[in-house]
Amino acid sequence: MARAVSTQHKTIATAAAWIVALLIFFPILYTIITSFKSEQEAIQGFNLFPSGTTESYTAVEAQSGYFKFFLNSVFLSVGSTILALLVAIPAAWSMAFSPGKWTKDILMWMLSTKMMPAVAVLFPIYLIFRDTGLLDSRIGLMIMLMLINLPIVVWMLYTYFREIPGEILEAARMDGASLWNEIVYVLTPMAVPGIASTMLLNIILAWNEAFWTIRLTTTEAAPLTAFISSFSSPQGLFWAKLSAASTLAIAPILIMGWFSQKQLVRGLTFGAVK
Amino acid sequence: MKLRTLTLGLLSASTLAFAAHAESITIATVNNGDMVRMQTLTDDFTAKNPDIQLQWVTLEENVLRERVTTDIATKGGQYDVMTIGTYEVPIWAKQSWLLPLDKLGDDYDVKDIIPAIAGGLSVDGTLYAAPFYGESSFVMYRKDLMEKAGLTMPDAPTWDFVKQAAEKMTDRANGVNGVCLRGKAGWGENMAFLTAMSNSFGARWFDENWKPQFDQPEWKNTLQFYVDLMKANGPEGASSNGFNENLALFQQGKCGMWIDATVAASFVSDPKNSTVADKVGYALAPDNGLGKRGNWLWAWSLAIPAGTQKADAAQKFVSWATSKAYLELVAAKEGWANVPPGTRTSLYANPEYQKAAPFAKMTLDSINAADPTHPTVKPVPYVGVQFVAIPEFQGLGTTVGQLFSAALAGQTSVDDALKQAQDAATATMTEGGYIQ
Repeated sequence: MARAVSTQHKTIATAAAWIVALLIFFPILYTIITSFKSEQEAIQGFNLFPSGTTESYTAVEAQSGYFKFFLNSVFLSVGSTILALLVAIPAAWSMAFSPGKWTKDILMWMLSTKMMPAVAVLFPIYLIFRDTGLLDSRIGLMIMLMLINLPIVVWMLYTYFREIPGEILEAARMDGASLWNEIVYVLTPMAVPGIASTMLLNIILAWNEAFWTIRLTTTEAAPLTAFISSFSSPQGLFWAKLSAASTLAIAPILIMGWFSQKQLVRGLTFGAVK
Repeated sequence: MKLRTLTLGLLSASTLAFAAHAESITIATVNNGDMVRMQTLTDDFTAKNPDIQLQWVTLEENVLRERVTTDIATKGGQYDVMTIGTYEVPIWAKQSWLLPLDKLGDDYDVKDIIPAIAGGLSVDGTLYAAPFYGESSFVMYRKDLMEKAGLTMPDAPTWDFVKQAAEKMTDRANGVNGVCLRGKAGWGENMAFLTAMSNSFGARWFDENWKPQFDQPEWKNTLQFYVDLMKANGPEGASSNGFNENLALFQQGKCGMWIDATVAASFVSDPKNSTVADKVGYALAPDNGLGKRGNWLWAWSLAIPAGTQKADAAQKFVSWATSKAYLELVAAKEGWANVPPGTRTSLYANPEYQKAAPFAKMTLDSINAADPTHPTVKPVPYVGVQFVAIPEFQGLGTTVGQLFSAALAGQTSVDDALKQAQDAATATMTEGGYIQ
């Protein structure tokens, strides 16, 4: 009897999970469907069955070269993530394994920077970028994306590292491991799921970042967020074209998310040593 | 073999040298049909100016405004040519942020620019931006529904007629709303429409001493008329409808009348995008018998920021893109109906254009009926028909727009909205030093 209830519960839970997942995914699905409609079909109300035309994609590609924006997005998201990990792993290690009096305050302070609206610092940042010649440069934007995502990266890694028993590291030290060996051969392999999910999440965050990437770029460093923005028109909704541009922009990250979902979910829901 | 290698080497070297010599100018623009078309026609410009390369940055209107403002205020130098509107030009020119356009060339024919538009883009008689396309606003209506209602739309209707027609055309059971008007909050959205409308009711934003006028009966009449008209005959959720939303509604056949930008005429009459393309008629924006109509004046224009290092190349481009020859180029490649409207008087005298664009005369009449220096019945201290050309207007206009949008949504009364608008405007103007 108990088994029957649990199966019933499981069925309900699964159904609920599917409904929630569909609800969350539906806007993306509808965007993809709309991208295969003509403009006239797109404004004619709700319709799940498009005519299958690819005219919007042709128009989008003809209007602005997609690949330049795509390459910039890849460079910026991957580059900023590697940069962030290089800074965050040592920072999280020191906070997790040799916390000082102010560690908690530093962590809170780091997080508090995320609470400030980005626009509040637009002018100072813009002036710094202007004076250092970093406007519309990939390196400048990579540093910017690294900085804005750093608090989250440090926090996530700190949480994973904290779950690794200090005794394991102590044992490594007893065996004569240097600090470098301890981080590279003992800590990192144990924290791989955590580091991987942090990396994936950071890539997604950097990929979708649309405030700084639009405001600090013009032509050379502009990523896919700028590409989508250029299809928003004051002369009409042009839903089909906008949907085609959005689909092209989210497709790479969607595919990456699909293939790495196990890693992502595991890293986000389990601790390091469970 | 050696000779071939040498020739190839020389060729590559000269190509590299040329590429290094070619000057690249960056143009910031909005994504609309005319601008996108220009990007496809730039081969003509680069053929005539092989030493200038063009780089385009296309942005959504509000993002563009924010980006170019940031860039010009900090002298960031990211852009050499900017697409800006009639609101920005007088303010930025007074700040010395724009270069005067005095090298447009001998055959440019500045005098051919429609006077109302040229006036809006000049400060003290000097042109600071060249119009790429200009627009006013007018009534677009469904001829079939008007006929069914037993009415005939006059060329120059009154607001009372619009109300009467809207009541007769509204058929909510069949999804037809008598009239669709902007309700989405924003200085360039509902306030563009309402400010222009208020002019025909004799209202004004400020008196000669910059005292806000929302406590005057003219504003009460305007807002009450608008809210009543829309509640009885407008679409559901009108308070979130802007230009794009109303365009979609009209194209789907859900509006009897729509009062909005003249540039919309080419979209609602395009059978590819509109289900009512062959049923649309046009009339001047309504009036109330006070001598002013409720139509606005706007021109997307090309201007050159003072911080650019490439002023000469930029001016060459502006001259090309806004010349008479450019209009002929578009006509030759894409037909007269696709020529950017509202900038040159000669275009409206062209019989081929008149034939291709049935709304041409009404557009020109609407543009000529707007006077940015005398927008309303009583005198005002500001320039601008549907806006007030002061830096504070973007913020204040949007605040007032939110209050009026709330009145339309029924969240607040017309009287409360006007009182709050008066308070907000008084505070802004006092803070800005306009009211001592």
